[in-house]
Amino acid sequence: MKHILNDINKAFENKIRLGIMSALVVNRKIDFNTLKELLDVTDGNLASHLKALEKREYISVHKEFIGRKPRTQYAATKLGKAEFKKHIRAIEKLIS
Amino acid sequence: MNKQKYLDDIKDIKNIMDRSTKFISLSGLSGISAGILALIASYIAYRLVYFDQNYLVDRIAVINYKTLIQLLLIAVATKLLAILLGIFFTSKKAKKNGQKMWDAQARRFYINLLIPLITGGLLCLVLLIRGYVSLVAPMTLIFYGLGLVNASNHSISDIRSLGIIEIILGLIAVCFVGYGLIFWAIGFGVMHIIYGIVMHYKYGS
Repeated sequence: MKHILNDINKAFENKIRLGIMSALVVNRKIDFNTLKELLDVTDGNLASHLKALEKREYISVHKEFIGRKPRTQYAATKLGKAEFKKHIRAIEKLIS
Repeated sequence: MNKQKYLDDIKDIKNIMDRSTKFISLSGLSGISAGILALIASYIAYRLVYFDQNYLVDRIAVINYKTLIQLLLIAVATKLLAILLGIFFTSKKAKKNGQKMWDAQARRFYINLLIPLITGGLLCLVLLIRGYVSLVAPMTLIFYGLGLVNASNHSISDIRSLGIIEIILGLIAVCFVGYGLIFWAIGFGVMHIIYGIVMHYKYGS
């Protein structure tokens, strides 16, 4: 039981961060606005959670310009995907 | 104690993964309405094309320039009505799912559906012009089926089996010249209604 709880990642306990990771593990890249619509959150809220995940190096940020408009895209890193998988497996064990 | 929270988490994860990759707002009702329209159109077309049958020999579809234009008009009108009703039911369901009707997922679904569909449409036009009328109905079934199979990765998985059924119906229809319209009515009418009902109860509309 104890080692299962060790695999529960505090970073993914929050609903929005869990949502961000869920979307990023099944999509190659997602831009900020699409994530915002998908999760139905405000700009500031989403930005702060993205920052937190970026700090832990679970996601990577790619900025590009379409014409003059900047677009920020996010992708899950290898580390992020591995940690997320571990987290889901731990949850599954807890509820089974 | 936390079990319920984790169950909710898993549900959220699945929901977001689906919503971010798949076009799940296809409404069963749009399938049912398209199916009913297809049956009505087939009936009208049947009355136009099959008359004075001699039941002892092969069925003969009587098509001349006038009936051809009428058939094309019926086809275009049916298609337009089906699309309009489809848009109506789909937008209703998309709203309920919290998904936009025209997002990246829907785009992927429709592009993959349309590539085989437009190919088939152009081919049928050529067949019509060259006079191979009997091949048109089977070809529309086959290419529609191919389109569905091709697009099924981007939507609910049931679409795939519907596509395979349409392909098989189309192949059988090629063998039974003169019965094209009947297979067409089964494929576009009856199958749409059946799948529409299944989807309506399985996923809601």
